[in-house]
This record gives sequence, C-alpha cells and structure tokens, in this order.
Amino acid sequence: MTSRRELTLTYVVLGAFSLFALAPVVGIVLTALQDPDGLAAFGSFNGLHPSNFADAWRDGNFGPYLRSSVIVMVVVVAVASVLSVLAGYAFGMMRFRGSQVLFYVVLLGLMIPTEAIVVPLYYDYRDAGLTDTYWALILPQIGTSVAFGTFWMRAFFRTVPRSLVEAARIDGASSWFTLWRVVLPLARPAVLTMMLLLSMWTWNEFLLALVMVTDEGLRTAPLGLSFFQGRNQTDLTLLAAGAVIVATPIVLLYVFLQRHFIRGMLSGAVKG
Amino acid sequence: MRATASERPPGEPRLVGYLYLLPALVAFTAFVLVPLGRAVWLSFYDWDGVTPGTWTGLDNYAELFSEEALRGAFAHALVLLFFYALLPVGIGLLLAGLVARARVRGLAFFRTVLFLPQVIALVVVAVMWRMIYDPGSGALNELLRTFGLGSLTQSWLGDFNLALPAVGVVGTWVWFGLAMVLLMAGVQKIPASLYDAARVDGAGMVREFFAVTLPALRGEIAVALTLTTIAALRNFDLIYITTKGGPGDATSVPAFQVYDRAFQTGEVGSAAAIGIALTAIIFCFSFVINRTAERGYAL
Repeated sequence: MTSRRELTLTYVVLGAFSLFALAPVVGIVLTALQDPDGLAAFGSFNGLHPSNFADAWRDGNFGPYLRSSVIVMVVVVAVASVLSVLAGYAFGMMRFRGSQVLFYVVLLGLMIPTEAIVVPLYYDYRDAGLTDTYWALILPQIGTSVAFGTFWMRAFFRTVPRSLVEAARIDGASSWFTLWRVVLPLARPAVLTMMLLLSMWTWNEFLLALVMVTDEGLRTAPLGLSFFQGRNQTDLTLLAAGAVIVATPIVLLYVFLQRHFIRGMLSGAVKG
Repeated sequence: MRATASERPPGEPRLVGYLYLLPALVAFTAFVLVPLGRAVWLSFYDWDGVTPGTWTGLDNYAELFSEEALRGAFAHALVLLFFYALLPVGIGLLLAGLVARARVRGLAFFRTVLFLPQVIALVVVAVMWRMIYDPGSGALNELLRTFGLGSLTQSWLGDFNLALPAVGVVGTWVWFGLAMVLLMAGVQKIPASLYDAARVDGAGMVREFFAVTLPALRGEIAVALTLTTIAALRNFDLIYITTKGGPGDATSVPAFQVYDRAFQTGEVGSAAAIGIALTAIIFCFSFVINRTAERGYAL
C-alpha cells in the first residue's frame, strides 16, 4: 500500500523527533551519575556514581521538600476529586435550571491562569495570616483542580447509558445510592485519569509555592530545586541529581500508567 | 448553544442537583472567582502592597500600551507563541501526514517517548536546559565543537538576540510531543476510504495531506493550539529559572512582569492589571481558535 521509501522516511522522522525528546532526559540522568570529582559536562558519560543521589538528597534537603509536596498533593487531589465527582454527576446526569450557565462559568474558569489570581491570593492570605502554611498552597489548588475535575467528570457521566440510571430510579434507588453504587464503579478509569492529571499538576506547581511560602520546611519539591540551583551554581552533578529526584515520582507514575496520562491530556486537559 | 434531546442529561428536573454542585462551586468561587474579582479591583489602584493604595482608574491598563517594558513583555509572549504553539503543531501535522499513509509498527513506543517532556516538572526542564545551553560545559556548545563548528558556540541564554528563541526552543521541546500524539491519534480515526478515494484520483502525498488529512484534523488542531497557546501566554516557570527575564528585558514575559511587579518592585496594581489583561487575551485566543475550527474555515 505504501511505498518502502515513504515508510522509511516515516521511521526516520519519528526516530529523529523521539531522539530530540529523549536526549535531554538521558543527558541529565547521565550527568547525575557522573563522577562528582571528574569532568563535569552535561550528558557526558563518566562512570556510574549513584551515590550522587544520596549526596544531593542530603545537601539539597530534599526529604522535607518531597514530604511537603506529598502532603499538598494528597490533600488537593483527594478533596478536589470528591467535589468533582459530585459536581460532574449533577452536570452530567441531572437537569436543573441554570446548569448550562453554571457549566460555562466552570469552562471559563479552566482557562484562568494562576498568574492572574496569584497577586490577590498572596495579599489576602497574608492579611488572613495564611501565608507560610500548607493552606496557602492547598486551597487555591483545590479551586483550580475542581474546575478541571468537574469538566472531566461531566464528560464521563454524559457517556453513561440513561437506561442504567433510569432502572436504578425505578427500583427506588436514591440519587446518592445511584452515584456510589451504580455509576461510580463504571467511572473508575475516568476517576483514575483525573487523579493522575491533578497529581501531576499539583506536584509540578511552582509559582504558587514560590509566592506563598518562605519557610524552608514548607517548600515543595520544585521550589526546593530552584533554591538548590540558586546556591549550587557550580556542582553540575549534584544539581542534576536533585532535578532527577524531583521529576522521578511523576515520571514513574507516567511510565506505569501512561495510557491514562495521554488520554487525559489529549482530550484537551488544561488547568489554570 | 442549545442542548439537543440526545445531549440532554437523563431524568426529570432535579433540585437535588444544586446540592451536588454546591461544594465544588463554593470551592471554585472562593479560591478562583473571588481572587479574580479581587485582581480586577486591585488593578484600578496604585498600591505598593503596604501603605494604603490610591485609586487610579484605568491608568494601569493604559500603561500596558504606553510603557515600553510591558509592550515588550507582551511582544515576547507573541514570539513565544510561535515556538510553543505554531512550531509544535506544524511538526505534529508533518508527522500526522506521514503516519496517515503508513502502517507504523511500535507507535505505542514512539508515543510514550514523545509525550515524556509533558510530565516533567517545568522547573526540572528549565534546570536541564540551562545545563544544555551553558556556555562552558553545555551540551549544545560541546556538540557544535564536536562537529568542528566551534565558531558557532554561543552564550545562548546570555545573548540579547538569542535568549528569547533559546527559551522558545525549550517550549517547543515541551509541547511538540503532545501535538504529535494528538494529531497522530486523530489521523488514525480518518476512514481509510477517504484515502483510497484520494489515491484513485491520483493524489500524491502532498495533495492528499491538504485534501484529506488537514480538514479531518480540525478538531485535534484546535485542541492542540488551545493547549499550547495558553501555555505560551502564561509561561512563567521556564523564564524564572532560565533567565529571570534577562539579559536586560530580552526574555521578560507578562507572567514574569506580574511576579516582578507584585513581589519585587511593589507595583501591585500594575501586576494585577497585567494578570487580568493576560486572562482576557487567553479567553480571546481560545475563543477564536475554537470558533474557527467549528465553522470549518481552513486554518
């Protein structure tokens, strides 16, 4: 069907771009494994020294940073997921006045960038004594996560066959029972995809953490890495190791559950 | 847009719907909408964040046009739009056109690799590319020297003319995989009969691309452009870590100006105005992109 020449061209182009995507990642991993006392150049291979990770972990204080990231991520994803399932259920499976308008508000809310709300957030939270607490990181991210989650869960609930819900209602099931016992078991893949995307966005969030938190003990992993870079301009190997530490949890999730990540992002996932 | 019967959610009207909606709406209103409203309010003030502010009306918005630093920041965002949105979507289309005719084996593997830059924290991406661009030990200059092009080595992020494109290329790296995967997935949904028909008519690769592939991918192109455009316009992390807006103002972007003014130089009202303007621009771009795709004009 397709000529050999075309097929070869396809593989060459695909291969070239895959190489472009992969090279910097391989480069930083190799840099992180370099001999810390040897030549330090990005991406050059110079033995394998996994002990760099332990050194970076200690010098960069990454333990507490990762702990903060996990705390913030778990709370944001758990709360936002429950709220999103409830709201998506209402939008997707019930009729009530104003549901269209309210949904458009959520849709617009998806596009509001954190950059626009971070200024009043900081000054209002400062006045309320909330800066330098986990709340300052958790609450705004619940807000932006709920917008995406509601959008996502509504799309799923619209695909659930009506007959299922109507049968449950005829049997006298309450809407609450129908949600948790009838519909949600079907929603497991959709909920998992949502939770993965929210986890990724929360883990990677930088601006909010940069602005809201000055206390060393509350810094999240990306913020910790930026500070580590600031005071560690010369030691390439340690910085690379720190960067790999910060990226690894989400990359591991991606490797094992990539289908979910890709499906979620491809359906137009965007979060403020 | 009115919902047709088949799109309408099942069941009778139910007041209990509001109850399910309430917690999410409260959170969304309290943590997103109210701050947005507060940002609009702040944008009418000249305020340093400490002493009482003074009402200045639309002055902060007028500055967006009159102040050179701000005009520059928005212009830089438009340049980045090319690198973050147009280039990735262009590359994605090229590849989609190729894959449309071929039966590629191992597509799942390529997809996983191409998508990888998307899941890495932008702070990590920025640290990584700073090392690549490093004038001394950076991989890019090393590579040039290896190929005997030592005369082309540069201080990529330190040069007034090169810094912005250099940051732009990082954006291309982050986003081209998503555009590719999205468009390749779209191409596989195009019925083979369309291609057969084109081939019977004697269409070559290029004709086929413009007659079949491109029109069928409208929806995917719109999604890819929306995602990448928003990313380009609100871009902060990469700039903050790689260049801090420098050298001079060469890579300053709106989001960086928001941060700088609100938290460094004490121009809180101006920062709020930039954020609101940015939001408005994002709304406009998204609207135009999706409208164009819906109406079916050739992109």
